[in-house]
Amino acid sequence: MASFKVNGVERTLDVEPEMPLLWALRDELGLTGTKFGCGIASCGACTVHVNGMAVRSCVTPVSTVEGQEITTIEGLAMVAAGANPSAPALTAVQQAWIDHQVPQCGYCQAGMIMAVSALLASNPNPTVAEVDSSITNVCRCGSYPRVRNAIRSLTA
Amino acid sequence: MKISRRRFIVSTALVGGGVLIGYAATRPSRHRRANTELAQNGERYVTSFIKINPDNRVTIYVPHSEMGQGVHTSLSMMAADELDANWELVDIEQAPAIDLFANGDLVKGFAKEFGVPSFLEGLIGAAAFKVAEVMNLQITGGSSSVRYTGDVAMRTAGAAAREMLIACAAARWGVSATECTTALSHVQHNASGRSIAYGELAADAALLEPPEAPVLKTPDQWQIMGKAISRNDIPAKVDGTAPYGIDAHSEDMLYAAIQFAPVFGTKLVSVDGSAALARRGVKRVIELEDAVAVVADNYWRAKEALKLVNAVFETSEFDNVSSVDIFAGFDRSLAASDGDTDKEQGDAESAMATAADVIEGNYRVPFLAHAAMEPMNCTVHIQNGKADLWTSTQDALGIKGRVASIAGLPETAVNFHHSYLGGGFGRRLPFNWNVIDHATLIAMEFDVPVKTVLSREDDMQQDYYRPAVSSNFKAAFDGAGNVLAWHNRFTGPIQVPGASHIPYAIENQSIRVVDGPTHVPIAAWRSVDYSQQTFFTESFIDEIAHRAGKNPYQLRMELLQDHPRHRKVLEVAAAAAGYGNDLPEGRALGIAVQESFGSIVAEVVEVSLDANNRAVVHKVTCAIDCGRAINPDTVESQVESGIIFGLTAALYGEISIEKGRVAQNNFPDYEMVRMATSPEIEVHIVESGEALGGLGEPATPPIAAAVTNALYILTGQRVRELPIRKHDFARANSLAKV
Repeated sequence: MASFKVNGVERTLDVEPEMPLLWALRDELGLTGTKFGCGIASCGACTVHVNGMAVRSCVTPVSTVEGQEITTIEGLAMVAAGANPSAPALTAVQQAWIDHQVPQCGYCQAGMIMAVSALLASNPNPTVAEVDSSITNVCRCGSYPRVRNAIRSLTA
Repeated sequence: MKISRRRFIVSTALVGGGVLIGYAATRPSRHRRANTELAQNGERYVTSFIKINPDNRVTIYVPHSEMGQGVHTSLSMMAADELDANWELVDIEQAPAIDLFANGDLVKGFAKEFGVPSFLEGLIGAAAFKVAEVMNLQITGGSSSVRYTGDVAMRTAGAAAREMLIACAAARWGVSATECTTALSHVQHNASGRSIAYGELAADAALLEPPEAPVLKTPDQWQIMGKAISRNDIPAKVDGTAPYGIDAHSEDMLYAAIQFAPVFGTKLVSVDGSAALARRGVKRVIELEDAVAVVADNYWRAKEALKLVNAVFETSEFDNVSSVDIFAGFDRSLAASDGDTDKEQGDAESAMATAADVIEGNYRVPFLAHAAMEPMNCTVHIQNGKADLWTSTQDALGIKGRVASIAGLPETAVNFHHSYLGGGFGRRLPFNWNVIDHATLIAMEFDVPVKTVLSREDDMQQDYYRPAVSSNFKAAFDGAGNVLAWHNRFTGPIQVPGASHIPYAIENQSIRVVDGPTHVPIAAWRSVDYSQQTFFTESFIDEIAHRAGKNPYQLRMELLQDHPRHRKVLEVAAAAAGYGNDLPEGRALGIAVQESFGSIVAEVVEVSLDANNRAVVHKVTCAIDCGRAINPDTVESQVESGIIFGLTAALYGEISIEKGRVAQNNFPDYEMVRMATSPEIEVHIVESGEALGGLGEPATPPIAAAVTNALYILTGQRVRELPIRKHDFARANSLAKV
């Protein structure tokens, strides 16, 4: 049995302890917003938050997140809003992604948004070098210039 | 493009008072069939594209796949603008994957541009192009959606609908149609100040005969086209709700992982699946002709169990073939044969024989994988003689037919569920069907949905690849350094004719292709032949410039006197990049230009070497002439995308063959440009007003040569083989500034 909170909801799953969180989310819970890209933590498409930290779920066994708080793209805005009923439906990062028309095919963007959200939460004004070293997600469509512009709009 | 607009406009009344107006590149009988086959829940369809409801909302059906190129929005903009619709009241929907929404204009467009491209062969009688044979198409590829479907069908349907609505309003008011105008989904009679919403006219409009030749707007009349409008697919792509093929999900779904024969073309001999079957959740081990699959109740369980399967595949004559052998074979072919004519002009052989000087440059590029972010996948649910199908595809209709043929079902028994594509780049075009075929065969063993997903490793190793090509050049000069002849021999096959041709005014040209067969499956890859050929030709023209003692920009301009559009984009890109100005120490600029898919693109690249003598691309300045920009923001994003896609290939991209199989496994050994290595990109749109050009591909071809041309100036080393990372620039020896 694995127990953790996903987007604020307690979940208990009868799965092997070594099952990667990615496949527990997608195949067991039907939370398909988190994407499979490489399976080896190279591309970042599967990035979720574990207690607010960006984690690549494809190599994260469920046993290592026992009792932790998982946030996926589906719950990002809801978790950010917390108890505030008048919070916007999207986070500032998500809104910036629309304002700067960042996604193309969009497949990597859930992971990209989760990675950038975690970065900005811990470092609201990252330098270019800090962005480059922490946002290592692959975007095959090449949305990087727009990711950079969107991040710039969110920092001072 | 000379396509009659008049015969094929159709309209039909909708239950509840709306109207549906389509531009049908087909016979009217098909519309009648639409109404009998598709009428459900009181709704009726014809062959697309615009539906106007009594509440004044307009729905536009787009018959192309959305894979990030923004085509749902761009095509809707084109229809809505001609309709004079209020964009706020426009809904965009993916047209269903039924042949009534198939797209003959696509084929007509291609036929005009290239003849029939190779990726459509088999679907089309290549020699005898007949509309009757090409209707069964709903393909998204060839940078074609806006310039063919949009510029012909969507605009015409919109204009026809507008004229029908005006006619209704004029009749109702007892005034002349010429006194009426339209704006924001209303017809207006300015003399009397009257105005009526389209929705109130739709029921009457449905009773009218469509106009024979609706008048399209001139660009100065555009209200929606030409504006940077936000894409409708983006909101769902930031909140996790956008559906991709791989996201098909149900409670009873099963999941399949596949192990393919590692050497292309070999078959499965035997399987011991007992250990896999003992694993939790595993339902079946399924033997396929060239693969074995494990089906389980969770993809990870299937994938883990697959590791325990002991599969034996037959040996093959290719078991010891490597990339070295393949390129050696190319060299032998090039030495043994003068090949077939691609282009002959003047007498290059004689010019070379009498030339004062001849230079040579032999180039090669490797196979490349598509590596779309969404690994290849396909979900099929077969029960009661019907199939439901979910997969990300550039060819919904073709996929339906393929699944039907594999499953032994009539095509009408296959229900295709559209989704967004997590990247296409050519991988999801017709004939690249290995995953589709396997997924269907696997699903036939069950009566629940089965989702087959390739691991990243399988996606990389079981692709249909951008062909490896070798290309050998010679150029002849007279005593004054003028170039007299261009001589090029390269290995085929040619997928898109003309990609090896140059726009430069060189009197004598001999361009020939020799066979370059390998056992590696190939397919279109973003920009198809241009991805290789432009690297070759735009590098060798640079070699010619340096040999002639001329600035590479100047030489191009001199040899492009008859190509003002090429000259213009070169001028714009060079000026914006500061070409010719002083650069910081250790920086250099390279330039390249290419016309492809109807657009002309010049790129200027600024490079340096890092502390480890690796190439660093700082900035790409691009000018594109795509005729006009329908959605300028989409133009820019497609150019950025095309550049980064091509830059990844130029810097890192290599699929190599070892022991008959692909050596690369996953992203670490098939590296990508990422944030840290992504250059600044500046895009300048040059609006020539010429016919619309494509956007998905044309920015990809020039980038490799632009980078290597800059590296030559920086280091004195000519890169004639990609990827760039294989080259050692440690002995950099900067050239004189050019």
